[in-house]
Amino acid sequence: MRLFKLPTNTFRHGIHPPEHKSETNGLSIRQFPFAPLIILPLSQHLGAPSQVIVREGQEVSRGQLLAESGGYVSVPIHAPISGVVQKIANVPSITGKMVPGIFLKSFPGSSQEVVTGKPVDVESATPEQILQGIQDAGIVGLGGAAFPTHVKLKVPEGKTCDELIINGIECEPYLTTDHRVMLEQADDIYNGIRYVLKATGAKEVIIGIEANKQDAADHLEANLPSDLPISVKVVPVKYPQGSEKMLITSLLGREVPSGGLPIEVKALVVNVATTAEIGRLLPHGRGIQERVVTITGPGVTKKGNYLIPIGTPLRFALEQVGYDEDISEVYMGGPMMGVSVSNLDISIVKGTSGVVVFTQKEIKKSSKIYPCIKCGACVDACPLSLNPSQLGILAKFEQYDLMASDYNLMDCFECGSCSYVCPSNIPLVQYFRLSKSLVRKRKAAESKQHA
Amino acid sequence: MLKRTLHISSSPHITKGISTDDIMRNVVWALLPVSAFAVYAFGLSALLVLFTSVASCVITEHLLCRLAGKESTISDWSAVISGLLLGLTLPPGFPLWMTFCGGVIAIALGKFMFGGLGYNVFNPALVGRAVLQAAFPVAITTWQPAFASNRFDSTFSATFTFPFAEPAADGITAATPLAAFKFEGITTDAQELALGLVTGSTGETCAALIILGGIYLVMRNMMNWRIPVAVLGTVYILSGLFYLIDNESYPSPVFMLFSGGLMLGAIFMATDMVASPITSAGVVLYGAIIGLLVVVIRLWGGLPEGVMYAILIANAISPHIDNMIRLRVYGTAKRAMER
Repeated sequence: MRLFKLPTNTFRHGIHPPEHKSETNGLSIRQFPFAPLIILPLSQHLGAPSQVIVREGQEVSRGQLLAESGGYVSVPIHAPISGVVQKIANVPSITGKMVPGIFLKSFPGSSQEVVTGKPVDVESATPEQILQGIQDAGIVGLGGAAFPTHVKLKVPEGKTCDELIINGIECEPYLTTDHRVMLEQADDIYNGIRYVLKATGAKEVIIGIEANKQDAADHLEANLPSDLPISVKVVPVKYPQGSEKMLITSLLGREVPSGGLPIEVKALVVNVATTAEIGRLLPHGRGIQERVVTITGPGVTKKGNYLIPIGTPLRFALEQVGYDEDISEVYMGGPMMGVSVSNLDISIVKGTSGVVVFTQKEIKKSSKIYPCIKCGACVDACPLSLNPSQLGILAKFEQYDLMASDYNLMDCFECGSCSYVCPSNIPLVQYFRLSKSLVRKRKAAESKQHA
Repeated sequence: MLKRTLHISSSPHITKGISTDDIMRNVVWALLPVSAFAVYAFGLSALLVLFTSVASCVITEHLLCRLAGKESTISDWSAVISGLLLGLTLPPGFPLWMTFCGGVIAIALGKFMFGGLGYNVFNPALVGRAVLQAAFPVAITTWQPAFASNRFDSTFSATFTFPFAEPAADGITAATPLAAFKFEGITTDAQELALGLVTGSTGETCAALIILGGIYLVMRNMMNWRIPVAVLGTVYILSGLFYLIDNESYPSPVFMLFSGGLMLGAIFMATDMVASPITSAGVVLYGAIIGLLVVVIRLWGGLPEGVMYAILIANAISPHIDNMIRLRVYGTAKRAMER
C-alpha cells in the first residue's frame, strides 16, 4: 500500500552532504605529465585479470596492447606511454595486497604517438562488433565501479532496452570529473551515444544530470544532435543519485527488482565519461590510455581536473599537484564510497574518478561509538528503505543469515548514507560489507556441499 | 615527503557531525526552561527534588558501570535526562529520600538491567516513577500549591522526611486540575493550564514552555514531531468526540490536552528514541495508542491521570510495531514480513 505517489524526478530518502565541488568545477581538464615509471595492475576491472602478452625488456609504443582480456568478463590493457617493460611482477594495489602487474619505464622525449588499431565504424558495424570494439578498447565503467562496459551493454536474449540512460549525476562530494567531461567533450559523448545506441537497440536516450551542474546540462542541450532521440533531464541534487537504481527511479519512476539488473525494467545506465571514451576511441580502434581524475581536497595545493595516464603512481600525481605536509587520509574516489589508501605507491587505474586528500583537520573528529539509540536517521537516509539500525544490531549479534533473509542485506550497495547520518558513529557500512561477504561465502560453501 | 603514515578508514569518510551526546545534551537544554519554571512556581523544594533526582540517576549509572567493570557512560548525558524527567513528574514536595530511590530504580531497573543506553525497552524515568507510585501512593499524590509566598525561603514539610518515616502532612496540599475534575467535577480554565498557574507535578504545569522545548528539538532535527502530534491529536479527537456527546460529564478536549502530565509525556517521554518505533508509520500508530490509553484511563479509570501507564504500555508494544510495520524495500513488491 502506498499512500502517497512518489514525485517523478527523485528517489526515496537519500542525504545531502556538503558538495565541495566549486573548488574544481570551474577548472578545465589539463594534461598531466608522464611519470618516469608507470605501474599497471592486471586487475583494474571487475572480472578475470588481463593476460600479459609482452615480455620484460620489450619496447612498447603508446597505445600498444600489453595484456589481453582474460575472458569474457575482462578487458585488455594498453600501454599508456611509450617505453620499455621493466618488470612483470607483483604491484601494490588499493586493497593492500600485492597483485600481478606490469612496470613500464617511460622513454623521456619520445614522440608518444599513439598506436591505433582496427577502427569500428558506427554506420557499418553490427551491435556485436561494437561491443567487441568496446572490449578491445579496454573500456570499463569510469564512474568508479570499473565493470567491463561491453558486458554491461550486452542486452540478454529475450530482453529489450527501451531507455539508455547516460549517467552524468556525479553525486559524490568533491568530484567534478564528469562535470568537466560534459562541458568539454560533448562531441565525444554524442559520438559515444551513437555507438551505444546501436549496440543496445535502445529507443530513447536520457542524459541525467543533477541541478548543481546546470551549465553542463545547458551545454549538452545546446549541442544536441538533431538526428538522435536524446533528451537532457535535470534532477534535484541528492546523494546517492548516481547509483544506477536510484537514477532509474529518478528518471523513469521505475524500481529495479531486488537482486535484479536494470535491464529487467528495460533500461541500461552508462557513465557519461565512459560514453565519451567510447566515442573517442572506437573510431580509431585505440585503447584507453588515460582518464580524467579530479585531484582535490583540503590537503592538495593545485586542485584540478587532470587527464592522467593510467598507471601513474599516486605519489607522482600528488607531487605534481603539491600536497600539505599534514595529510592524513587519501581516498581513491569520493569521500562517500571511495577507498582510503595505505600508501602512495599504488597507481591511478581505470576506475579512479578522483583522488581526495584530507588533512588531520578533516578526519572525523568524534570517533567514539555509542550504542544505537534507534533515532531512525539511517532509516530516513537509506535509499533502498532498508532498516540499517536493525541490520546493525543483527550484525553485532552475528545474525548474518537473518539479515539476508528478513532484512534484505544483500540489496545494500554500501552508499554510506546510513553511516553518514548515524549520531552514534556506528560503522554500519563496514558491518554490512563484512556481513555480505560472510553470507556469500556461506552460500558458496553450501552450494559446494550440495554439488 | 610524507610526515606520517597514512591513516586508513572504512567508507564513508565524512559524517554529518551530530553525535549521540549532542542529541542528549540538547534534550537537556530543551528541558531547562521547564525546570526553571518549576523552581519559580514551587520554590526550593522543587529545586531539591530535581537536583536529587538528577544526582541519583547520574551516581547510580556511574556506580553500576564501575561495578560491571565498564567505562562510565555518564558523559553521554542520557542519565541526566532520565533524572530531570523523573524529577519533573514528581510532586514538588516529594520526600527527597523517595526521590533518590526513584532515581536508583529508574537507572538500575529501567536502563542498566536491559543493557544500558540503547537497549532500554521502557522510558527509564517512567519505570522509576511507576515503582514510586506503587510504593508511595500517598506521597506521590500529595500536591503542594504553586506560588506559595514563602517558597524560596523554606521547603514543603514533606521534603526532608526521614527515610521510611511517614511524611509530615502540613495541611496546605492542593488538588491538581485533573483530580479536581475527576473527583469534584471542577474544570480549570485553559489559559491557566497553558501558562502553568495551577498545581501538579514539578514540571508538568507550564504547557507553553514544554511546547517551546519540543519545538526547539524538532527544529534541530532531534525529535520525531510525529509522536507528540499523534498523541495529542488522538487525545484531542477522542475526547472531543465524547465532549460533543455529553459535555456535562466529559471534560473539554482543550482541558484534556493541557492538564496533567500529557504535554510533558507526549513531548519529552513518549519521544524517547530507544523506546519508540523507528518508522514514521510505526511512530504514528505508537502515538495513537498512547493517546487512546490516556483518554481511556482518564475518563474511565480509577486514577485521574494515565499518561505514565499509557507510555509504558506503548513502550512495550513498540518493538512489535517495528516488527509489523516496515518500509517497503526498494525493488520489492511487498513488505518484508509478507514474503
